[in-house]
Amino acid sequence: MADKSPEIPLWEVFIRPRNGLAHRHCGSLHAADAEMAVQAARDVYTRRGEGTSIWVVPSAQITASDPADAAETFDPADDKVYRHPTFYDIPDDVGHM
Amino acid sequence: MATPLFTALLRLADDHLILGHRLSEWCGHAPMLEEDLALPNIALDLIGQARALYTYAGEVEGAGRDEDALAYGRHERGYVNALICETENGDFARTMYRQCVFAVFMGRFWEAAVTSSDPTLAAIAAKARKETAYHIRHSAEWVIRMGDGTDESTRRMRDAATYLAPYIGELFEADTVTDALSADGIWPDPPALQSGWIADMTPILDQALLPMPDLGFAHTGGRQGVHTEGMGYLLAELHYMQRAYPGLTW
Repeated sequence: MADKSPEIPLWEVFIRPRNGLAHRHCGSLHAADAEMAVQAARDVYTRRGEGTSIWVVPSAQITASDPADAAETFDPADDKVYRHPTFYDIPDDVGHM
Repeated sequence: MATPLFTALLRLADDHLILGHRLSEWCGHAPMLEEDLALPNIALDLIGQARALYTYAGEVEGAGRDEDALAYGRHERGYVNALICETENGDFARTMYRQCVFAVFMGRFWEAAVTSSDPTLAAIAAKARKETAYHIRHSAEWVIRMGDGTDESTRRMRDAATYLAPYIGELFEADTVTDALSADGIWPDPPALQSGWIADMTPILDQALLPMPDLGFAHTGGRQGVHTEGMGYLLAELHYMQRAYPGLTW
């Protein structure tokens, strides 16, 4: 497959698998514009009935955390186990949570 | 002697099998990965529609031929597809223009066939309509973007339109087969679909800065089994597996 022209932008694709669930990121693709990106997403990511809704977002519009800042961004959460809701006994009558 | 319904079903099935096969030739060769999935996707829709039509044609014929026997068990002169379906892919522009022309035609055809007095054809039409709506949208978007695109894409799309123009009119041909069926409300009358085709193509071609093709002259013969040179090569590949392994199953 030929190299893509730099004029064809990259899009991030989000698929909602079922009603009631959130859209989830599933990958990216190249397309000339938003309309074509939705069509390409349909062909690339929903061929096996994976989706009921598609979002596409220009990859250039995504602001990401800096991997170089990973230590200060994420490490402080490591020793705060009390934030996990695992210290409560759930009565049997409650059933599955 | 074949009945009109069998003949008409065979023509429509051949249109879909042959065009589906042409599109499948892009698999692994499309200009980008996204189209490498989109084109075979459309091809599979067309071949799926062909299967339903062949199966029904076999039932109508009542001679024990199933979809495989009809799809793979005939000589070139026995195929009765419209010539536009067998035209070589050319470049991506020509493939997309051809797809747009055919999909818009089928959009009108299926829309009319949904109310056919033949319940099986009506059921096939109801399913195929949704698939065809997507084929129209996908191919039209490319025709528009390439027609009104860069100098190169515009040149290629204009060349495609010029090359394919004389193959369009055959889709609207009527003969004793279609006359007999449309009189009974079984089959859409092909000439009656032309004004709808023009109405649907007009906004696409306007946005693509392309002229409406002249439908006055049309290559013809496909419905009688008289094909273009490329058809023999296409069938050689299409028939290969059944020749090498007759009656194979997955």
